[in-house]
Amino acid sequence: MALRPPQPHEILLPVKPGFIAATLVFALLANLLPWSGVALWIMPDFLAVTLLYWCIYQPRKFGFAAAWLLGLAMDIGDASLFGQHALAYTLLAYAGISLHRRVQMFGIKHQVLHVVPLLLLTQLAMLLVRMAAGADFPGLTYFVSSFTGAALWPLLVIVLELPQRPRLDPEHPAI
Amino acid sequence: MEHSPPPFFKTGPTPLARLLIFSALSLTLLVADARFNYLTPLRQIAAAIIYPLQRIATAPASIARRMGDFFVTHSSLREESARLTQERLANAPLLQQLKALQSENRQLRELLAARERVNADARLAEVLYAARDPFSRKVVIDKGLQDDIKAGQAVVDTRGVVGQVTRVYPWLAEVTLITDKGQAVPVQNLRSGLRGVVFGVGQDGVLDLRFMPLNADVQNGDQLVTSGIDGTYPPGLPVAEVSDIERNAEFMFARITCKPLAGVTSYAHVLVLAWHREAPQPPAETAAQPKRRKGKKG
Repeated sequence: MALRPPQPHEILLPVKPGFIAATLVFALLANLLPWSGVALWIMPDFLAVTLLYWCIYQPRKFGFAAAWLLGLAMDIGDASLFGQHALAYTLLAYAGISLHRRVQMFGIKHQVLHVVPLLLLTQLAMLLVRMAAGADFPGLTYFVSSFTGAALWPLLVIVLELPQRPRLDPEHPAI
Repeated sequence: MEHSPPPFFKTGPTPLARLLIFSALSLTLLVADARFNYLTPLRQIAAAIIYPLQRIATAPASIARRMGDFFVTHSSLREESARLTQERLANAPLLQQLKALQSENRQLRELLAARERVNADARLAEVLYAARDPFSRKVVIDKGLQDDIKAGQAVVDTRGVVGQVTRVYPWLAEVTLITDKGQAVPVQNLRSGLRGVVFGVGQDGVLDLRFMPLNADVQNGDQLVTSGIDGTYPPGLPVAEVSDIERNAEFMFARITCKPLAGVTSYAHVLVLAWHREAPQPPAETAAQPKRRKGKKG
């Protein structure tokens, strides 16, 4: 199986719900790792990027309820306001699901250009919530994680599609 | 793209409707949490569910730390042992005096009919991770309700006050650092005995001693210890050292910047102090007031 970007109209196997759940739990774990110092503001929001991927590629199998619940889990782990991530991830899921036909038509490079503003929108929602609750603006470095998250997108698109690629059967070669 | 036929007729609410429903839910939670603190039980349940994940995520770092402890070199151990012996010798006379001073203090307090100082009960906790939230300064420790940790308890390390427990989960607790924006610690100047309040400004390594008059007796290098008048922090714990004083006659108060003494970002273990001070009896008038009001109404 070659590591190549997915072709636009390739026929894929149906994705297993267990696989979606596993990737999301893994992303949540990555977010909960004890990051500190510079890594803390460079690190992407793994969960947001993974969630966006499933919203764009499997909008029928992944939806708002899951995004919202994952947001709540993130709020506990992050010690932030309860509902802050939930709101941001709901917005992200809406944007992903309503844009999924459009984004899928583009190549990976252009998909990244769609992902950056969507992640920025998510962060902006959290920023507004926190500033309404009385926090200070944490500086422009706060937005860096959107860009590192978007940089993760090509890797995610290739890796998360591997299990759905049809296996080439040596006894019945493809025509 | 998919093998299952698209459900033409049953799609449920439109995405926009779902967006509105879930956004409304989130906003309700936000307001209930930020304004009214209603959601403690809900938070406890959610925390219990993601607790295993938190432990798994932080396990490698804490295992690595323990492995690091195991593989220390012989020479560094010997150096440390020599240093500790020296420190102990240096501290021994002070400790011996402390006993005498304590008993003398007790007698004097009895003479003056003043209340005794209570020794705080300390509990060791490991810092699991610094919370990722860029808007606040918090760390998460590995002790919670199960270990009798309560919100409001003071947290110290070997050098001074680290912060205060602000939220308790079944097995974890959140500690807000004293450098968090608006976090206040009542302090006393060790040299002049002047009382004041130190505020966090939301930056690492910076504290503000506010509301001190221009001519206040504060000098660079003054040690600030907790005064204990808030009933949260036991008295006498080192908090900060004055690092910069700006006396400008245009303003009412002097601008006094301090440096926290505790390694506010760098620690692996902290102590949680369970110190309870009984509040003084409230004046009897407050109990009588409602009655009077009732009388007026009726």
